[in-house]
Amino acid sequence: MSEFLQHLINMLVLGGTYALLGIGLTLIFGIMNVVNFTHGVLYTFGAYIMFIVVQQLGINFFLALPLAVVAGWLLGAAIELTLLRPLRGSDIDTTMLVMIGAWIAMQSGALWIWGGVAKSVATPFPEAPLVLGPVSVSWLRLFVLAAAAMLIVVTYLLINRTKLGCAMRATFQDQDTASLMGVNVDLIYTSTFAIGSSLAAAAGALLGPVYVIFPQMGDLAAVKAFAIVILGGLGNITGAVIGGFILALAEELGAGYVSSGYRDAMGFLIIIAVLIFKPTGLFARSERVG
Amino acid sequence: MKSGVAILTVVAFASVPLWLRDPYLMNALITTGIFIIGAMSLNLLLGFTGQLSLGHIAFFGIGAYVSALTSLGFDVGLPFGLRIVHVPWPPIVGFVLAIVIAGLCGYLVGLLSFRVRGAYFVIVTISFAEVVRLVALNWVELTQGPLALTNIPSITIGLPGLGDLTLRTKLQNYYLVLSVAVVTYLLISRLVHSHFGRAMRGLMENETLAVSVGIDVTKTLTLAAVISAGIAGAAGSLYAHYIRIIDPEVFAFINTVTMVIMVITGGKGSLAGPVVGGMIFGLLPVFLRPIMAPEAQWIAYGGVLIVILFVLPRGIVPSLAQRFAKPRSRAETVAPVAFAERDAKEHA
Repeated sequence: MSEFLQHLINMLVLGGTYALLGIGLTLIFGIMNVVNFTHGVLYTFGAYIMFIVVQQLGINFFLALPLAVVAGWLLGAAIELTLLRPLRGSDIDTTMLVMIGAWIAMQSGALWIWGGVAKSVATPFPEAPLVLGPVSVSWLRLFVLAAAAMLIVVTYLLINRTKLGCAMRATFQDQDTASLMGVNVDLIYTSTFAIGSSLAAAAGALLGPVYVIFPQMGDLAAVKAFAIVILGGLGNITGAVIGGFILALAEELGAGYVSSGYRDAMGFLIIIAVLIFKPTGLFARSERVG
Repeated sequence: MKSGVAILTVVAFASVPLWLRDPYLMNALITTGIFIIGAMSLNLLLGFTGQLSLGHIAFFGIGAYVSALTSLGFDVGLPFGLRIVHVPWPPIVGFVLAIVIAGLCGYLVGLLSFRVRGAYFVIVTISFAEVVRLVALNWVELTQGPLALTNIPSITIGLPGLGDLTLRTKLQNYYLVLSVAVVTYLLISRLVHSHFGRAMRGLMENETLAVSVGIDVTKTLTLAAVISAGIAGAAGSLYAHYIRIIDPEVFAFINTVTMVIMVITGGKGSLAGPVVGGMIFGLLPVFLRPIMAPEAQWIAYGGVLIVILFVLPRGIVPSLAQRFAKPRSRAETVAPVAFAERDAKEHA
């Protein structure tokens, strides 16, 4: 039983960051109809910002996280303005392939700049974990969970309580009508991509110090994000949050009770199961893609 | 005129070993040829049905592993105390099995993902490739995991009246790959110009209309996926018996991306596109190697993919064909994706 509780604790920590990844991707897909293959690179980018700020510049760990979010925002906006805006109106395959090109170029760029050797980030948290009865959790992971939860709430408020969020939801429902109502759709697109990217960067900045940082770390994160988005239904934010925690639970239980070698296969098995039993996602409005 | 160009191209390729003696370049040409076969199979899906398989390397890798395991033999334990002991069979049997089993996997993936359109097929194929890679990595008893399958025998062909010929040298493998590539090209060409090919293109350009004239969409797409996966499996088998060692790295995503870049650059939906794109991106590393670090090469690849999509969105071959050909022969190149129609559909 204590083993199971331990898995639940780990699930919460992982699930929070997975939810961040999923929200970012599902926002971009839902509003822009872009299958964003640079999502994983933004995750990697966030982790490397953490490494640069903490290890190379020696700035405070807690300041590095907002910096990573801002850097992710800027890089996301830059990608949208240079690569996606000129392709507005082209089909989903073209933008997807352009995103693949950007992903390869940026990931190889990371490999070129930082090399393939994995980096780690020193954290200000004590080594000894927090022991709660039968389970223990490191302070770093607790911080990751708290920060992820905070970011999820902030995003939720941004989308549901602000004018920008209202415009985003309007664009999601009907781009043309939103445009007629005075919504600057170009601005919404850039903001959406920037917000999604900053969430991916935040997830990388949070999980980077927990594990190690290397240029290909984003690949698996991206595919997991796709799994979460399919699970929650494309474009569904609440679904993405729940999907993130379900994936984390499946991974924890899979690694704990099946085989740790297949931990990363859980996401894909979930995708397959969802497509067999409920292809629109678990929480989807009744809508098909394409 | 078109078949004249095709025959000249084949003759030109066939003459290469007569004047090219450099083993490094020969090796590059053989692996390029194998990847071109893979790219042609990808083009069948991407170019003629509009479905992007981003896990195409899975079918290639499955072909490689099936072929290697068939010709090496294995002895694995299964749950419930069962054991499968397989004595080595000739590699040519492995080649056939590679096609069959890869095709079967294509059927399963198609069955799963063609219930919904759009991004799903892409994501299912990626996931499938990743699961297969993890299995290859973790099922050590069968695949040796990261230790790789080694000493894979070369393909032996029984020639009537001449006994068995084992294809060991680069020269022999070059002609083997060239023959398989030509057969693949002819097969896809026949397929595309058949009733089935028209059905594929019809539903790519306007699915609603295709359905209304009686095309079974799911069946057509699944069949295309089966054929495409089978060809990719054949390419994987050739790869395994030529390189003679395979490890789970064969499933690396970057290999799929290489094929995608070949198809997009050459021109999706054009029969010659993957060949042209494949020659460019297969041989580019050979020339870039002395002047660029591998990471810089990949940056360049990503950049080239983006630039091609911006500048020549239809790829090299269709763009050239449109520029130089007479209006009549324009109709011979397969019609490009009707972007406007699909857009209208997606926003509807």
